[in-house]
Amino acid sequence: MNKNKSGQVVLNAPYLLWSVLFIIVPLIFVVYYAFTTADGQFTFENITTFFTSRDYMYVFCMSMLYALIATVICLLLSYPFAYCMSKTSASVQGMLMLLVMLPMLMNLVVRTYSWRQILERTGILNTFLESLGLPAVTFLGSAGTVIFGMVYNYLPFMILPIYSSISKVDKSLLEASSDLGCNVFGTIKRVILPLSIPGVLSGITMVFVPCVSTFYISRIFSEGRIVMIGDIIEEKFYRSGAPDYNIGATISLVLMLIIVISLAVVNNFSDNDEENSSGGIVI
Amino acid sequence: MRVLRGIFIALILILLYAPMIVMLVFSFNSGTGTAVFEGFSLRWYKELFLYGGDMLGALRNTLILALLSSIVSTVLGTVAAVGISKMKKQWTKSTIMSITNIPMMNPEVVTGISMMLMFVFIGRILNLINSVNFITILIAHITFGLPYVILNVLPRLSSTDKHLTEAAMDLGCTSVEAFFKAVLPSITPGIIVGFIMAFTMSLDDFVISYFTNGTYQTLPLLIYSMTRKPMKPDVYALESIMFIIILVLMILLNIIQSDDKKKGRKAS
Amino acid sequence: MSENIIELKNIRMSYDSNTVLDGVDLTIKNGEFVTFLGPSGCGKTTTLRIIAGFESQTDGDVFFEGKNINAVPPHKRHINTIFQRYALFPHLNVYDNVAFGLKVKNTPKSEINEKVSKMLEMVNLKGLERRKIDTLSGGQQQRVAIARAIINHPKVLLLDEPLSALDLKLRKDMQVELKALQKRTGITFIFVTHDQEEALSMSDTVVVMDKGRIQQIGSPADIYNEPENAFVADFIGESNIIDGIMRKDFLVEINRKQFTCLDSGFNLNEEVDVVIRPEDVDIVPPMNGMLEGQVTSVTFLGVHYEIIVDINNFKWMIQTTDKHEVGETVGLYIEPDAIHIMKKSEYSGTFGDYSSYSEELDEMNEESAEAQALEESADE
Repeated sequence: MNKNKSGQVVLNAPYLLWSVLFIIVPLIFVVYYAFTTADGQFTFENITTFFTSRDYMYVFCMSMLYALIATVICLLLSYPFAYCMSKTSASVQGMLMLLVMLPMLMNLVVRTYSWRQILERTGILNTFLESLGLPAVTFLGSAGTVIFGMVYNYLPFMILPIYSSISKVDKSLLEASSDLGCNVFGTIKRVILPLSIPGVLSGITMVFVPCVSTFYISRIFSEGRIVMIGDIIEEKFYRSGAPDYNIGATISLVLMLIIVISLAVVNNFSDNDEENSSGGIVI
Repeated sequence: MRVLRGIFIALILILLYAPMIVMLVFSFNSGTGTAVFEGFSLRWYKELFLYGGDMLGALRNTLILALLSSIVSTVLGTVAAVGISKMKKQWTKSTIMSITNIPMMNPEVVTGISMMLMFVFIGRILNLINSVNFITILIAHITFGLPYVILNVLPRLSSTDKHLTEAAMDLGCTSVEAFFKAVLPSITPGIIVGFIMAFTMSLDDFVISYFTNGTYQTLPLLIYSMTRKPMKPDVYALESIMFIIILVLMILLNIIQSDDKKKGRKAS
Repeated sequence: MSENIIELKNIRMSYDSNTVLDGVDLTIKNGEFVTFLGPSGCGKTTTLRIIAGFESQTDGDVFFEGKNINAVPPHKRHINTIFQRYALFPHLNVYDNVAFGLKVKNTPKSEINEKVSKMLEMVNLKGLERRKIDTLSGGQQQRVAIARAIINHPKVLLLDEPLSALDLKLRKDMQVELKALQKRTGITFIFVTHDQEEALSMSDTVVVMDKGRIQQIGSPADIYNEPENAFVADFIGESNIIDGIMRKDFLVEINRKQFTCLDSGFNLNEEVDVVIRPEDVDIVPPMNGMLEGQVTSVTFLGVHYEIIVDINNFKWMIQTTDKHEVGETVGLYIEPDAIHIMKKSEYSGTFGDYSSYSEELDEMNEESAEAQALEESADE
């Protein structure tokens, strides 16, 4: 028994130590910097500065709004896609899974940049439009393009968990539903949709979180015209002449708390289906 | 109905793959532009290998980092998963799982700057010139690779027969031998999948690297720094090569998993 | 209303090159309790699913009250199904599961309320309305499934091995209840099972199937007493199936001895299969017997002994209440009405010999058959 215990300590100690050192402690540093001045004095000033600044609040709210719109669009595209995918044959499903996952593993920056090549004033899309005799469109710099960039980047993160929960629905339940008088749409509404809620929630989380905190998408697609909360954080650490770690940490802390709260709200919807709600990221 | 479904699936796939297609096509462009295709040539591939020293260097850095970090994540994560699976108390288990999930749920910006803040703070105390360097970016990559390994190995462990270890020990193995002979083979597919995921995540990471790299240049960081000026197609050439490598990796992964599923079915 | 509620005309079904149904013709009368009986893979479930509309046959026609319903989707058929593993909706409670079909038809709330509570009372589930499905026992889930199907007043109820997941005692109770329910509601029941006892005790008509074909249709008594071939004889109950030659009407030769029987209409000296049920053979002293053999095994089964007797290297099974010893030489006495003559078929020679008989072997076979059935359902 004793030997067993010491064995467990040997197994658990390295990871525990690692996660405390490199997950917990860094977060404590965020809190520490958020509540101190540049020379280490305790203060609430950073917090009040953030919440009283119209600029910060505007960017913050706009980031939330963009991320929300992008999430909704992702959901509207992903659900039908995941449903259609689940209706194909098993081998096609495997191939589609692969095809959906593959872009996720390609460099985000490069993919985003490639889109920029397509959308530029002199890019492929405009070249194409002009060849049809249509006027060129300025895509870059608009909020719509930034939202499009988010949708594009994070669509797979919505598709995969939804697909996985739809494909888990027992076939006999679909048969039972049609046996009891439902047509295809009735079955979707009454059976598939309610049973795939955990996947939807997990997808929402996985799209909303990176969208709200992104900085390179807005930078590449809007050429600096649209500023997201992530841009401001990054700026506070790297770009401005005098980096301000304390305000940067404050904004990060607020962002983190908002996300924790929204995750808690979202997870409250899903009763207790732990297995499904965390299943999205794992291939 | 079927046709409509097919069209919809195709449209979404086109959306997902448009940039990859552009990249692949224009990597073979004979002109300098990335808007008009002037003709087929291998010019940019040649240029990449002859003059693209900084890019190839960044690629080498990226690969070294990805390999090292994913190996450490895999070893540490597998040991951790075995430890977690043996935990009896429900609350310790759920606490440690919540901590494991933090790097996956936290926005990458926050994970990145939280580490940076710590490293900078420690650097200031120790009076280091480079408080963020190769070691710190390695630590960061190991940290976000760990959950992928743990979350892939744990389910395998829980589906492995508990009596397997007992049977092995009954037949004269020590508990360590029993693990290597009885448990390890059955969780190996999970370990491999975890490793590949940690590897590709590291390969692809931009945001966390951005805050923890110091002077260690990885490919995503280099490309990001190049996005301010017009890009030359040699980047596309490099990325096309990477795309093919990842494609092969993914297909391999798929084969491993489907083989495993077949075996699982036979066993049941 | 036409008397025949369902007619199947030459139904064929194949997946790729694998033929599952090979020309099934069947007529089911309104109000009947029909059972499809056969080993796993015989096509009984596929036939049921074609009637329900979940699968479309490769060839042939399905008629419902005289109308061809080949192209009618399941949700428009007046047919409901009780699924093998019930297929209850896990996101709905007992009440909403039962109310599902009515809600789909936009039935007024008050009417749904009334009907559901009446139905739950009928299946003894009153008070469990708000319970989640996964908190119910197997028997309770079964009742929910029944209520959910019956509440729609289907003209035909399909039951796909609904009792296979229940333990023996519960299964017996449910058999009685289902039979009573069928009598009371007058709904046509089509019941699929691989359990011959279940089939015999519940049905008006039994349809025995194997290899995608119907082997025999008849009342339980007909099927048992006058099996049409060796497969049916062996599948329904125990039987000794011996090679025989019809010497003339009412006289069959077995083991070079002639026996009077009640069968006629065969050709002179036609080779036939002779079925003799184990309980119809009397063991007598050797000198009084029509056949003579050695006891090779005796198993006590409570109600009776199961004795294997070797006669010219063919092992007979005999059920008797008298005890005999292994190695004893005994005589067998067979009444003419215990002998049933069948035409030779593709099954001749494959069944009805107990030379390799052992209980263990039987159990193993059953298990592998079940595993196979599971795999098949997983494949679908």
